Amino acid sequence: MTNYDISVSHLTHRYGDRTALNDVSFTIPRGEIFGLLGPNGGGKTTMFKILSTLIRHSEGTAEVCGFNVRTSPSEVRKHIGVVFQSPSLDQKLTVKENLHFQGILYGLHGQELMRRIDDVLLHLNLSERAHDEVEKLSGGQQRRVEVGKGLLHYPDVLILDEPSTGLDPGARIDLWQYLLELNRSRGITIVVTTHILDEAEHCNRLAILDQGNLVALGTPAELKREIGGDIVSVIANDPENVHRLMKEKFGNNISVVEKTIRMERENAHRFVPQLIEAFPGQIESVSISKPTLEDVFIHRTGHRLWNEEANGESK
Amino acid sequence: MNLKNEILFPAYSLWMRELIRFFRQRSRMIGVIGSPILFWFFIGSGLGNSFRSNTAGGTNYLEYFYPGTLLLIMLFTAIFSTISIIEDRQEGYLQSVLVAPISGGGIALGKIAGGTTLAVLQGAIFLLFAPLIGIHLTVLKFIALLILLIAIGFGLTGLGFLIAWRMDSTQGFHAIMNLFLIPLWLLSGSLFPATGAPQWLRIIMSINPLTYGVSSTRTLLYDLERDPSSSFLFSLVIVVAFALFVYAGSIFVIRKKSLVAA
Repeated sequence: MTNYDISVSHLTHRYGDRTALNDVSFTIPRGEIFGLLGPNGGGKTTMFKILSTLIRHSEGTAEVCGFNVRTSPSEVRKHIGVVFQSPSLDQKLTVKENLHFQGILYGLHGQELMRRIDDVLLHLNLSERAHDEVEKLSGGQQRRVEVGKGLLHYPDVLILDEPSTGLDPGARIDLWQYLLELNRSRGITIVVTTHILDEAEHCNRLAILDQGNLVALGTPAELKREIGGDIVSVIANDPENVHRLMKEKFGNNISVVEKTIRMERENAHRFVPQLIEAFPGQIESVSISKPTLEDVFIHRTGHRLWNEEANGESK
Repeated sequence: MNLKNEILFPAYSLWMRELIRFFRQRSRMIGVIGSPILFWFFIGSGLGNSFRSNTAGGTNYLEYFYPGTLLLIMLFTAIFSTISIIEDRQEGYLQSVLVAPISGGGIALGKIAGGTTLAVLQGAIFLLFAPLIGIHLTVLKFIALLILLIAIGFGLTGLGFLIAWRMDSTQGFHAIMNLFLIPLWLLSGSLFPATGAPQWLRIIMSINPLTYGVSSTRTLLYDLERDPSSSFLFSLVIVVAFALFVYAGSIFVIRKKSLVAA
């Protein structure tokens, strides 16, 4: 067995004619929190489904805990816990019953199962709600039960698809605290798909997927470092014209993203006065910011993460 | 394959869940327990008086109609219980079942056993009322009938499973089922015997698996002592073979389409 919990090599997946993933490779060492970041339609949900053995990919190989997802899916399933984006709880059953049936599904029973259920409920801070029907719980509590469901059989890898969907910011913070704690105390490997930048910041490493291609791979800090200096965003009353003139004057590395002129620049605070003097009266506002993961995404793809046109992926 | 972990545990999990859900939904309980009582009441008071007196010696129509009614009640419960598969798919419960390290045989067994249990429960209630309309049962006969009903119920629920697994809307399921269920019952020998029917109808009746459920139930109810004929054994074989066939078919459709819709 390798030191990697997950190893994906030249993986391609097509839905009919459409290529959802194109020649993607990466590895995830044991104990890492790994994020698949990208817009809807970027391919991250497809990757989630392949790693959790829900679909069989077209080409390339993917291994989870040393087992090939295509040839030995049932071995893979024993080692992974899966948390879905859409609810998978039985609303008519109590929290405890949901966990109980999940445990039996994995061959757990008797005292051992009871002990694990109590343990999970305690850690998820849900002990008082154990005998309530799931439909009476808040969204955040339901999501925690979902996570608990994925943990009962003590998996080596926990795979979560957009875990913050439908959660308010408070519940999102709670969920991440629990995931980080889980990672620290048990060394469990966590793979999470997301399009939320705050969530991506929690990851040790990120793979950025856009239109099925792996466009970046690294720690959040590394990815941000590759952007030279600061981000200067300019709003002008005639962006196309100002953009053209700016390119003549300051070089080519300037783009327009959704009507905002955007450039990466070292020592931006010295650059801004020059810029304003060069275009008197034409600039409405200028802002300087440290690069975010969104800037990394724009840098790599030329468009924003939240792109309405890319919402076509079947979930 | 690990029989215990991949089939028996998951089947138990899905079966128990089905029963708990059933007993928690009062309207479903009333429907399942109420309908055999209602049927018993109507055929007992209507059919009984209209037909019983005019027959001399042979089977009267109430006796003839009784096994068919028993299976009609079971047919609806068995098949409609499989709607829960479509609901599980829509509500997302199926997702976590599909990524668990279990075999399709476990999923099918759990789901089909759930519907079978409810159908047999109804059948048993209907049978308990039989003496009150003049059909007498011994304890042994009652137990033998229950075992037979389990086999018949399993076949019918499995048939529902085969159709429900591929569907993603409950409306579609209702439409298909209505098209399919009524003829299945009408042409099973429940209403009229095959002997008087035209040739083409007889052929359809002879390939209808429910025909053998009805005939074996009828023989077990009335004729076993008088006539333990080979046709009874043949019916039994068909009933069991059909149950095994739909179970195998269910495993096949699970393997073929195990994708989650959502």
